[in-house]
Amino acid sequence: MTPLIPPSQYFLLGFFPTILFSFLIPVAGVALFTFIIAKRLAPLVKAAPDNRFDNIPQRIFNLLKIWLIQYRQPRYMLAGVLHMIIFAGFLILSLRSTSLVVIGLSSDFVLPGFSGILGVIYNLLKDYAATAVFVACAIAAVRRGYFKPARYAVPEKYGHDHTKEAVFVLGIIMTLMVSESLFEASEFAAGEHGGFIPPLTLVWLFTLLLHGSSTELLQPLHIISYYVHDIVFFFFLCFLPLGKHFHVITSFFNVFFMRIRKGNIKPVMYGISDEKLDELESFGVKKLEDFTWKHILDFYSCADCGRCSDQCPANAVKRPLSPRFISIKARDKIFNNYPLRGKFLKSESLIGDIYEEDEIWSCTTCGACEQECPLGIEYIDKIVDLRRGMVDEGMVPQSLQKPLSALEKRGNPWGKMEKKRADWSKDKEFAAGCSVKLFEKNETAENLYFVDSITSFDDRMQDIARSVSRVLTHAGVDFGVLGKAEKDSGNEVRRFGEEMLFQDLRDQNTEAILNSGVTRIITSDPHAYNALKNEYSGLPPVEHISQTIVKKIKSGELRLSNVQDMDKVYTYHDPCYLGRHNDLYEDPRQAMAAIAGINIVEMLKSRDRSFCCGGGGLMLFYEPEEEMRMGVLRVQMAKEAGANVIVTACPFCLVNIEDAIKVAGMEGQMEAIDLVELIEQHIIA
Amino acid sequence: MEILVCVKRVPDTAENEIEVNNDGSDISRDDLVYSVNEWDNYAVEEAIQIRDNVGGTVTVISVGDDDSEEVLRREMAMGADKGILLSDDAFNGSDGKGLASILKAEVEKGKYDLIMAGAQADAGAGQVGGMLAAMLDLPYASLVNKVEVVDDKKLKVGREVEGGNVEMNDIELPCVLSIQTGINEPRYVGIRGIRKVASVEIPVHNASDLGISPDTVGGAGSRVKVLDYFVPDLGEGAEMLEGSTEEIVEKLVELLKAKGGIK
Amino acid sequence: MTQVFAYIIHKDGVADDTALELIAAAKKIQADAQVTAIVTGSGSDLDAVCTEVAASYNEVLKIDNENLAYPNAEIIRALLLKMLPSDAILLVPHTTFGMDLAPGLSIKLDAAFVADVVEFEGLDGSTLKLVRQEYSGQVSTHVSCDISSGGVINIRPGAFAPDESKAASGTVVDKSSEAQGITVKRSYLETVVAEVGDVDITKSDVLVSVGRGIEDEDNIEIAHDLAEVLGADVSCSRPIVDSKWLEKSRQVGTSGQTVKPKVYIACGISGSFQHLGGIKGSPFMVAINKNSKAPIFQVADVGIVADILEFIPEFADKVKEMK
Repeated sequence: MTPLIPPSQYFLLGFFPTILFSFLIPVAGVALFTFIIAKRLAPLVKAAPDNRFDNIPQRIFNLLKIWLIQYRQPRYMLAGVLHMIIFAGFLILSLRSTSLVVIGLSSDFVLPGFSGILGVIYNLLKDYAATAVFVACAIAAVRRGYFKPARYAVPEKYGHDHTKEAVFVLGIIMTLMVSESLFEASEFAAGEHGGFIPPLTLVWLFTLLLHGSSTELLQPLHIISYYVHDIVFFFFLCFLPLGKHFHVITSFFNVFFMRIRKGNIKPVMYGISDEKLDELESFGVKKLEDFTWKHILDFYSCADCGRCSDQCPANAVKRPLSPRFISIKARDKIFNNYPLRGKFLKSESLIGDIYEEDEIWSCTTCGACEQECPLGIEYIDKIVDLRRGMVDEGMVPQSLQKPLSALEKRGNPWGKMEKKRADWSKDKEFAAGCSVKLFEKNETAENLYFVDSITSFDDRMQDIARSVSRVLTHAGVDFGVLGKAEKDSGNEVRRFGEEMLFQDLRDQNTEAILNSGVTRIITSDPHAYNALKNEYSGLPPVEHISQTIVKKIKSGELRLSNVQDMDKVYTYHDPCYLGRHNDLYEDPRQAMAAIAGINIVEMLKSRDRSFCCGGGGLMLFYEPEEEMRMGVLRVQMAKEAGANVIVTACPFCLVNIEDAIKVAGMEGQMEAIDLVELIEQHIIA
Repeated sequence: MEILVCVKRVPDTAENEIEVNNDGSDISRDDLVYSVNEWDNYAVEEAIQIRDNVGGTVTVISVGDDDSEEVLRREMAMGADKGILLSDDAFNGSDGKGLASILKAEVEKGKYDLIMAGAQADAGAGQVGGMLAAMLDLPYASLVNKVEVVDDKKLKVGREVEGGNVEMNDIELPCVLSIQTGINEPRYVGIRGIRKVASVEIPVHNASDLGISPDTVGGAGSRVKVLDYFVPDLGEGAEMLEGSTEEIVEKLVELLKAKGGIK
Repeated sequence: MTQVFAYIIHKDGVADDTALELIAAAKKIQADAQVTAIVTGSGSDLDAVCTEVAASYNEVLKIDNENLAYPNAEIIRALLLKMLPSDAILLVPHTTFGMDLAPGLSIKLDAAFVADVVEFEGLDGSTLKLVRQEYSGQVSTHVSCDISSGGVINIRPGAFAPDESKAASGTVVDKSSEAQGITVKRSYLETVVAEVGDVDITKSDVLVSVGRGIEDEDNIEIAHDLAEVLGADVSCSRPIVDSKWLEKSRQVGTSGQTVKPKVYIACGISGSFQHLGGIKGSPFMVAINKNSKAPIFQVADVGIVADILEFIPEFADKVKEMK
């Protein structure tokens, strides 16, 4: 057969050199792409500063783990595996696509180093990659277009559905795979390469189909498939930054720049020290450009996979919040305000425009969304920044104003008198068996028990304080409490956007703690644990009581009996601020497991997928619109796991879960208990 | 519209357990925290909203000691344009009429279209607004929970009356209104907001600045005087009613009748 | 002797309960007080009220004018200013009308003013000693009031037991001419009635409040029954609202409504401080709870250990029986 003429030497209709296309298409494509990216960079340049160039080794590690290995993808198995195939295929085929562009100009082009055995292996690999990508896309398209998983649905209030765009892009990718394969297969069918054709690949299939075809068919097919690939490739490149597929480009950067520290909230403005905050004209995020550049990059990067919202407890109980749309609405707004053609628009207040007040207050800051996002998109900092903006404008629900004002004046959200903060220790029955040192009375101790507000003042939660005291006493831990000098840790004050009040509380607590001269802080409240550990500085080491218990069990200072009630089936509910925000998953479980004969089951959603009980701190005072309470869902999950006792290690979880048991009408079938109380029940004196 | 709002610094009853001091001469003030009277805060918010709609200024004034400056600042952080403190030792112990006459002296120094006050404060009398209106010979509406500016001469106001009903009135400007809670949703003022206005000067006017003769105000000028404070008998813990259900019901009915629980 | 006047509030041709309470209050000031009732209004409703009131008051001043068909405090203040002698005592119920009328009137009359009086402790010369409350009822005060140039005293509705003796057979004197030629700068337009079913528990005097002890949505009915016979409103704790058994506007607590009733009947409410935080003004509190250790018993005035599902219907029946 006559060898086929490559695109670089072909004359269309016998006179027009197609090499001109080979030249013009990439030039026009790259130029357009550069133009679009330049427009997309504008809001990043105008955005607030961010500090993302620290911890480079950790960032490289994240890049390898989360971007390259796609570590978080298999958390959703089918979609995850499909994505990993397509992603890996893209990486492999990117070389092929690049060299194809050059082949259009010079048919003999081979990537440097690929002329030998490496080239042979690569060709084999890329043929299988293209085939795998094709198949994965086909499955994905059927899944997305026909089965329509609920996760992708777009509620009316949030805008239009993205299924068409998704299926369209899958079609584009499949077109690329097919055209690339046809380009090669037409050549094989013309019999030019006597080489090995990898079996069961698209190339193999097409070669088989085209075998014996005439040059009259193969030659145009060869040329057409090349230019279809060329045009679609550059179309795709320029299409990416126009929608949710921007992540193909931005994910690399987004993962590299993703958050490293956990449990902390970003400063009001990077580069502005606490002392200089008063000089700031405005606080928090009010308009688009108040977001940091990384947060804008987050918006660009959202792939609309819906995993954040699928895990979001607020979304699950139909509060008006869906994290996915925090990103998508912002991206739509950016695209609208920074159009590719025409003038950039002036930014307006986001609240009342793309976001609602209730939407932003609905977040419990549980962190489930961030834990899940395969691209390292952040939500809590954005929510807090938006709240800071609302607080600055006075837009705070009345139900939150009272506790905030009480925190300012009394250091606790109920406005209880400071002098009554340690009254839980004065309970007669308790005081007879256990004495608690009070630093305010000039007593000293090695350890501080930081009680925090709810455990100090709530009748039920005071039981936790007393249990902690008894357990510590049994374990021989020398400890005291701050009494009236202790203020609320401020964990939620900060997360509700009242930064200055948080700093006040932090400063007062820091002073009181340092004055007490302790060498270690123990707390039973994960919110306090988180704040003291991640938001304060210069304090002695902080540990959660579950850590203390495990240490003391290991050292033999705390001995536990066999389980008292054999009929009880326990399940452990991971508090957000112990688990996700501080990676403390094992100590509470170990402490429970130290009770011999205990029957423990795990809920489906546990550890870093734990489901928030409804939120702590100021969230207790906020009245969200919701169809049901998160706690009720959680109690049902415990029931499904076969448990009849929910053990938690957080007073807020206990409040919410105990309430939820009552609301769910499951009294008598389900109970809730704090880990410390469970341990205390089983102490051998 | 030029709006003046009268505010008062009061012990925050939401956050305090009010007790009587040892000799009954006052409430025990050791552990109290103070804030702006809740009703006044609604009045200021309403004034700010009116100003933002129709233009003008909002001035907040308070009769009190130096500590009252903090509530004026708080209201200025909310958005009031100006604060004036009316302070003089001679003002101490003024009754409602005394307070109203001090406020009147300040009102007359300016030219205000609308004067607002909270419907009541810590003493629960709800008297100063009405007295001030009478002294100024201005129309007055109390317990206002709705204000609509008709034009620069007239307002349409709703008064919250029994049963949650709203009594609508036309009232000519200038006038005095006492504001009921719930008329709006006062905006939040954080520490940052107060710090922002920390350096704004707040003029202090004393008796002579206001042309007030000291013997007409304060304890000396008061016809109504608080003699002492006491706690109405409450008893410790509940009296547990025991016996058969029938006996208990009977006792309960009797008790409730005495307390007005059965009409 | 100082002349005592009482302003009579009435509606639809019937005098308000306070009409008789003011007589009782006046008699606490001076046992032999001769009290003159002032009744304003128009038409036959006014006549009916005057007749009714004359049975209890020595003298009834009737002012009939079409401008008085609705009690506009601005008009009535101008009217009373014309009518009252300079050293008179005027008793006014401390209602939304009384609060509108009285403070300004005292200034115009140059009389002393005291609001929301709950008790009188005698008249000594021209010094009247009385009791009122401050700080939402958390503390009471003894107050002295110099009435040498008259006094306008607002009386808390319900604080004085009504004088039902109907011992007087007073004459009705028509003073309608006094109402001629009064012009004021505030005019009444209409009354917008609160939405039906939209109960404002913050204004209720008596609350039957239910908590989880009610156990089931269907049982809410027994609370409504009791409230009906007591003339009370039904409120609740948060779990009831969460269960959507009652609307949010009925929730008492820090995250719900702050209520200031006179009587609070807590049925099956354990008494979390979030709930108690919504109850102000130290009402007389009755707690009914199965659990004898429920914290509500520490703050209640009267406690009953019983299952509300059994106790409440029985209690309601008893009250019904009495009526």
